Amino acid sequence: MILIKCPYCGERDQSEFTSGGEAHVVRPKNPDSLSDKDWGEYVFYRNNPKGIFYERWVHSHGCKKWFNAVRNTSTDQILKVYKVNEKRPDFSDFENTLKSPSGEPSVGSGNFAVKK
Amino acid sequence: MKKKYSITSIVKNSLSNNENWGKMWRSPNPKKHYDVIIVGGGGHGLGTAYYLAKHHGIKNIAVIEKGWLGSGNTGRNTTIIRSNYLWDESAYLYDHAVKLWENLSEDLNYNMMFSQRGVLNLAHNEHDIKEIKRRVSANRLNGLDTMWLNKNEVKDLVPIMNTNNLRYPVLGAAYQPRGGVARHDAVAWGYAMRADELGVDIIQNCEVKGIKTDNYKVEGVETTKGFIKSSKIGVVASGHTSVLAATAGVRLPLQSRPLQALVSEPIKPVINTVVMSNAVHAYVSQSDKGELVIGAGTDGYNSFTQRGGYDVIEETVRAIVELYPIFGKMKMLRQWGGIVDICPDASPIISKCDVEGLYFNCGWGTGGFKATPGSANVFAHTIANDEPHKINAPFALSRFSDGRLIDEHGAAAVAH
Repeated sequence: MILIKCPYCGERDQSEFTSGGEAHVVRPKNPDSLSDKDWGEYVFYRNNPKGIFYERWVHSHGCKKWFNAVRNTSTDQILKVYKVNEKRPDFSDFENTLKSPSGEPSVGSGNFAVKK
Repeated sequence: MKKKYSITSIVKNSLSNNENWGKMWRSPNPKKHYDVIIVGGGGHGLGTAYYLAKHHGIKNIAVIEKGWLGSGNTGRNTTIIRSNYLWDESAYLYDHAVKLWENLSEDLNYNMMFSQRGVLNLAHNEHDIKEIKRRVSANRLNGLDTMWLNKNEVKDLVPIMNTNNLRYPVLGAAYQPRGGVARHDAVAWGYAMRADELGVDIIQNCEVKGIKTDNYKVEGVETTKGFIKSSKIGVVASGHTSVLAATAGVRLPLQSRPLQALVSEPIKPVINTVVMSNAVHAYVSQSDKGELVIGAGTDGYNSFTQRGGYDVIEETVRAIVELYPIFGKMKMLRQWGGIVDICPDASPIISKCDVEGLYFNCGWGTGGFKATPGSANVFAHTIANDEPHKINAPFALSRFSDGRLIDEHGAAAVAH
């Protein structure tokens, strides 16, 4: 269970929101010349990183407005929440403090990741 | 096959207070080179190694696991086995697994505690009835033993169920008597032990950090114990498959989400079958120890934290208590989450990819345990021959560009 700060209503429980998956997915501008493989990419393939993830949320049990968020999927920590018309924030220099590439201790589960 | 377990070995070892049982498998240091490397030491991965060694004559195999065997989703599921899927392709795949389950204890000489106690899928409204009856008909055409039960027959089978006095009354159910449960740890251990006997190196506590490729051809894996060379790599890493695939420059249509389960305190036997309900999202069975094993849903967003949200458990427990009022005051002992990799059509991917020598067995989403032996069997065939088995040919990665999806959202127990 995580808290999400809706840019319109403030901090609320995650159960009030619905995830809309990856953000900044652009519909192809040249649909006529697209191959089946390209269409497949657009329809079915989404990024699934363990780490920085740009995603869309809708405050479905609140203001019903869509917004974007940047979340570290290995800890569920939300790093930034921004409105859809705002520029995509840059987190390319974000360093995951978790040691292993999977974000977990060498033995054990991801549960340790959230302990401070 | 060496018979390690028998009535005489139990008697013999009891005389020395069970302190002299040998190790079930070796813990070798990784060699420099293997013919095949399997990434992921769960049931599917260990099973793949076992079938590769047993049926395909490949002996120089390593299984690399980042934690201990079965520490991922093999040890985190609710152990339900069934094959009542809608489409022909899925029915063949999942029933291939059920048929292997039926002889697995015998094959491995290790008790899987496979118990064919039947699986019920409840219908709560007109639409459910139509959908489930359609699925029962499709199953019967594929030779499966699924049948439709009316409300009274359901009540006879599970007397503790509240069928009338609830918001979504129970109107009937699909029933597959050959379905059931098995002991999930035994699956990993049984396969590991027998694969080890056939010469497979099982390397635990060794994380694969990346897959090295050169010009669309695999070269080996970079691990925490150094680089290991191999020309064939099978990735069976469930939730982390897309992370590993990315290191080889391969994109997969997967999304990783936490899926939770919980068990109650042990009680006397009250429910001798598996009951699942998609509509109110509750499924429950009782383990041989007497604990209720309850499966909850997936969280509604991508995450790699093996926890899951409380609201998801709350929803499931609410439905369980309404369906079985006598569970209302029970205490839950443990809750856990596992990361599942979900495909857009709720069917797995058992396939080659654009990179030569790289194979994926992933996308099992919320229901991979039931398929363990079948999945391992056809995946071993795919790796050994560089061609899919006819059972897993439809589960190729290419279906996401040619549109031949196998949509099993209705048959998957957990909505996603």
